[in-house]
Amino acid sequence: MSDIALRVEALESLLVEKGILSASSIERIIRHYETNVGPLNGAKVVARAWTDPEYKQRLLRNAARAVAELGFGGPQGEHLVVVENTPRIHNLVVCTLCSCYPWPVLGLPPSWYKSPEYRSRAVKEPRKLLAELGLALSEEIEIRVWDSSAEIRYLVLPERPAGTEGWNESALAGLVHRDAMIGVARAFTPEPLR
Amino acid sequence: MTLALDEVGPAPPPRQNGELVFAAPWEREVFGITMALYEAGLFAWDEFRALLIAELQASPAYYRAWARALECLLDEKGLLSSTELTERAQAFARRPHGHDHE
Repeated sequence: MSDIALRVEALESLLVEKGILSASSIERIIRHYETNVGPLNGAKVVARAWTDPEYKQRLLRNAARAVAELGFGGPQGEHLVVVENTPRIHNLVVCTLCSCYPWPVLGLPPSWYKSPEYRSRAVKEPRKLLAELGLALSEEIEIRVWDSSAEIRYLVLPERPAGTEGWNESALAGLVHRDAMIGVARAFTPEPLR
Repeated sequence: MTLALDEVGPAPPPRQNGELVFAAPWEREVFGITMALYEAGLFAWDEFRALLIAELQASPAYYRAWARALECLLDEKGLLSSTELTERAQAFARRPHGHDHE
């Protein structure tokens, strides 16, 4: 068993012994984050915004309140700001200092989001970074990089893919994935008709 | 840098919310302990965040920095001293083989 694992085990056992925490509350919270909190929440928010223009306006004006309408909220979601991709503007979210991230709508950040490389290159050379990640954007598209902080956490509203006219919300939500809401990818496009 | 999409292909079904973000059980545990303390109102998130930022600048391994930040926070708050923690960890390390498991 590694030193760090021993130390965390020691930490937990002491906190439980002192009556500061219970082992069951720790497990309950972990399970909550593993099962209830994740990018599917954000996908539902995006799909609603794609189908309901008034909801989209509310979302862009006061995102924390608009996501609460769908039942999502909690720590790291109080200061949510949604930034909209358009044909001319692509938004990219990073946290240069640590890993601030809108948990209630995206879950916990993936490991690459926390990497020093992503945190620095997203700011210094976003176009090159995105191209390496498989999202080549033409020079005409402006890239806006948003540095999340304790005060503001950003979520990207991706563009609705072409060919989805008439789709309902739940079908649309299936096209929205985590990386599109961080801004390192686009929403999935529907399978072409054969 | 590689970025593995957790899903590929067009129009996948809506996903389960859970996804693996912890590389080891202790990472999952230290996350849960921190959030349980936070929900119990024992610290303000900004207090923890400031410590985490400082630890990440010292050394970037994420959950190790997280664990050090939590230790600092608990020590500062008088909830758990580093000395006491070190003693307990050393006691656990002396356990006979077969008891420790990870």
